[in-house]
This record gives sequence, structure tokens and C-alpha cells, in this order.
Amino acid sequence: MVENRSESYVQGPVLSRREALLAGAGTVALAALPSQSTAATGSPAKEVSPMTLTMTVNGELHVLTIDPRQSILDVLRETLDLTGTKKGCNQGACGACTVLVDGKRIVSCLTLACMHDGARIETIEGLEKDGVLHPLQEAFVAHEGLQCGFCTPGQIMSGVGCIAEGHAGSTDEIRFWMSGNICRCGAYPGIVAAVADAAGRD
Amino acid sequence: MLPFTMEKPESAEAAIAAAAGGARYIAGGTTLVDLMREEVERPERLVDINALPLGGIRVEGDDLVIGALARMSEVAADRNVQRLQPLIAESLIEGASPQLRNMASMGGNMLQRVRCPYFRMLDAGCNKRTPGSGCAAIDGLNAGHAILGTSEHCVATHPSDVAVALVALDATMRVRGPEGERSFPIEELFRLPGDTPHLEHTLLPGELIVELRVPGGPYSRRARYLKVRDRASYEFALVSAAAALSVEGGVIREARLAVGGVGTRPWRLRDCEAALVGKRLERPAFEAAAHLATQGARPLQHNHFKVELLPRTIVRALEMAGEVA
Repeated sequence: MVENRSESYVQGPVLSRREALLAGAGTVALAALPSQSTAATGSPAKEVSPMTLTMTVNGELHVLTIDPRQSILDVLRETLDLTGTKKGCNQGACGACTVLVDGKRIVSCLTLACMHDGARIETIEGLEKDGVLHPLQEAFVAHEGLQCGFCTPGQIMSGVGCIAEGHAGSTDEIRFWMSGNICRCGAYPGIVAAVADAAGRD
Repeated sequence: MLPFTMEKPESAEAAIAAAAGGARYIAGGTTLVDLMREEVERPERLVDINALPLGGIRVEGDDLVIGALARMSEVAADRNVQRLQPLIAESLIEGASPQLRNMASMGGNMLQRVRCPYFRMLDAGCNKRTPGSGCAAIDGLNAGHAILGTSEHCVATHPSDVAVALVALDATMRVRGPEGERSFPIEELFRLPGDTPHLEHTLLPGELIVELRVPGGPYSRRARYLKVRDRASYEFALVSAAAALSVEGGVIREARLAVGGVGTRPWRLRDCEAALVGKRLERPAFEAAAHLATQGARPLQHNHFKVELLPRTIVRALEMAGEVA
């Protein structure tokens, strides 16, 4: 009766992996938070004063009230629900969280949002225009510049920055100037080819 | 991350007053935010100095002047930096990643904390993080650690690349504090660990880095930075060397040499420099000088290779500098 089982899977409510995680995680997160903030330090948590700021994300202006500890990555993912930008290492080592801030590629995990009032941020969600992929997105598809895809939004945003900086003139140059983005699947040949291709189209 | 308050003063005076009262400056945040998340750093007050007029790069006579808030990428791409002090540009490009270079300020680069894994491991002994708790690196995984300037309390290397170039080039730093301004050689910023490895620099409470000044010399153009590391890019140095030479008629008139990845601070090699002066620009002179670099070296269990790699790196860097047209 394998067939029936697979049918019941298909016919059930269609949840994305993220929706399923969110549905299940709420109570756990609430219970875990307070103990985490005191256990690591042994001292009681101090009061946090929220801060209000504005950010233009992919052309849309947002007025946000945030915890000063939130990184731009956290604001994008948790506050604005723009989960295309990925949290890899969360310590500035992998590049998965790369976005453009005021036109420059940065790692959003090490960037406190409260230090960027008024900033203009571009993320992977903003590249597609009117249903048409950005040339670098197209090139990643054409050259298979990914395997699992987790690092891909960071790779593409970094590639957009790399091309804009004029550092995509040769394969060697691309490899050097894309070195801040780690791909654990090892899709580097496709990534480099995609950046070179998109740079050539500009 | 523990809670903190963020202040954004509009004047240097206000920022200095806050810092003198115990607040920490933050510019790019690439070191501090990371270590705050790990709770290695636990500041209760931060002062965002990015709105202060401490950026920019300018030329004054023979000097190159770099604002403390200039970003690494901005300095590396600057035409005057590339023209007058290519060593600065090259050492910057060899450091960190493009993203981090867009974020990190030059002042913050000087004050970045060590990359010893035990420093950020809260359950390991680290005299730098927790004075008196011991040094887990001395008998631990220490392939990346220092062989020069170490003590029985700390063996961590200073991680900056551009600081090595700045120290080689006799750069100075101007700081402003509650008592006014002062300037001093950047080399004097960095303390040896001794028995107080938690004290890393010589800035006084509240002092704010204003700018870095690099004097021009006859060796400034014939200068190269060589970084040897486990991968071709985006990795800290196992050994690095900044070499600058002034040459007339095939004879070395002046030399500047500093190394990274091997010392507890950016390591100037004045004995090696002196040994090069008056010699022909040839490999035997480079090898004789490089041989002096490991005097007093104290290798650990896993970093003996640096005793051999250091002179080889110096010889190659001198060759590269000599090849500059």
C-alpha cells in the first residue's frame, strides 16, 4: 500500500519546510530563551531598550523597532520575513549572509542593524524584476553554480558586488574576489563560470 | 549576546567622554560584534563613531594620511595609496574577505583581537580573556601561534596584515583623548603579552584613533607583501612578510622589513634590515639577512615549521620587492 501512503502525503495541507518549522518551533523557543540568556553568564538579564529606525530593503521603506542586538541578518529574516538571506556560520566566516548595504557587499551577520539607520539594503529577493531573473541568477542556473543551494543567495549577492567593483575580469580574479563565500558542496567551478558569464554580459 | 546600550555622539568630544566613562568604540564591528555574540566581549555601552569626521585619505607632502574610519577596501582601492605606498594596498587586499574589507575600519584593524581559538572558547584557559586562567594554547593546538615575543602566559599572534606593512614603513598614529592629542609610532601601539596578555595596546582610557600617517621613503615604491597561508585567499597568515627596498646601482641602500603570523605583535626585523644595507640585490644577501629573523624564536609543539618557513618567506618577499621595476 505504498501508493496510498504517498497519495495521502500529497493530498494533505501543503506546508513549506519553513512553515512547518515555524509552526512547531514557537513554544520551544519561548521556553528556551530566558534560560539561555542567564545560563551563559550567571548574571540576570538586563533590560533591553528597543530602538526605532528606517531601512529601505529592495526599494521598500520600512520603519522598524528592533532590539539593538539584532544584526541586519536577523532583521531581514526574523522581522521582515525575508528568509532568502541565509544564516550560515553567524560569525563572518562563510559569506552566506552577504547582502548589499548602500551598494557595498557586506556580511549581514556581523552588522548591527541599529548602526544602519536609513540604510539602503539589497537582498536576493530584490534581484528579480517583474518575473525576470537577474543576469547573475540566470547565469547560476545556466552554469549549475550550486548543489544544495544554501550558500547561493550569498554567492549571488557577493557576485553582484564583485562584478560592480570590477573584480570579475578573469577566472583567477573572480576566485580571489569571491573567496569570502564558502560553498561546502564545492560548486566553485560553476560559481566562477556564472560570475564570469554575467560579468561578460554587462 | 548580552544587552548593551548604543550611543551615537555627534562630536569626537562627546564620544571620548563616553569612552572615558567606560563605553567601547565601535566602527565596522567585524571583531567586536562577533566576540560579543560569543560573550567573550561584554561591553555594556557602545559608542558608534561612524558619524564622526574621521574618514578619508589624503596626501600631505611625502606623507600618506589615512583616516581611522576609512574602510580597508577604500584604502586598498585608493589611487594615492596604490601610487605612493603599494605595500599598504597589497597587504590590505591579502587580508580578510571583500565583504569584511568593506566593513572594517583602519583604526579597528589595528585594535582587532587575536584569532587564537582558545580566546573565544569560554571553557578553555585564556589569560587574555580571563587573567589567571592559564593558556590552553601552549599545550594545545598551536600550529597557528607565535614563535616570537611569546611568554608563558600567551602565544597568540597579532592577526592583522596591514599592521605589518604599517610597522615596516614607520607609520605613526594620531589619537585624541580626554587630555588632548598625541602621535606615536604604530609599533608602540602593540604590547608584548608578558605577564599581562589581557593588555594588548597602549591607548589610554577614552583615546580615539584619529588617523594613521605613513611617511614616504626611497623604498616605498619597491615594496611587496607576501602572505603564506593554508589556502590562497581569505585565511590568516602562517607567515607573512612586508619588504621594502631602496636600491642604487644594484646595491641595497635602505631596507624595511616586518613579518606577521609569527609574532605576538607585528614584528619589525631591524637586524635583518641592517644586514641588507650595502649588499648587492641578490639571493645570498637575502638569505644571510633572513637567517637573523629567527633569533630568539621559541617554537611550540605544532609550529616548528615556522622556524623554517619564516626565513624562506622573507627571502621570497625580498626577491619580489627586488623585482619591482
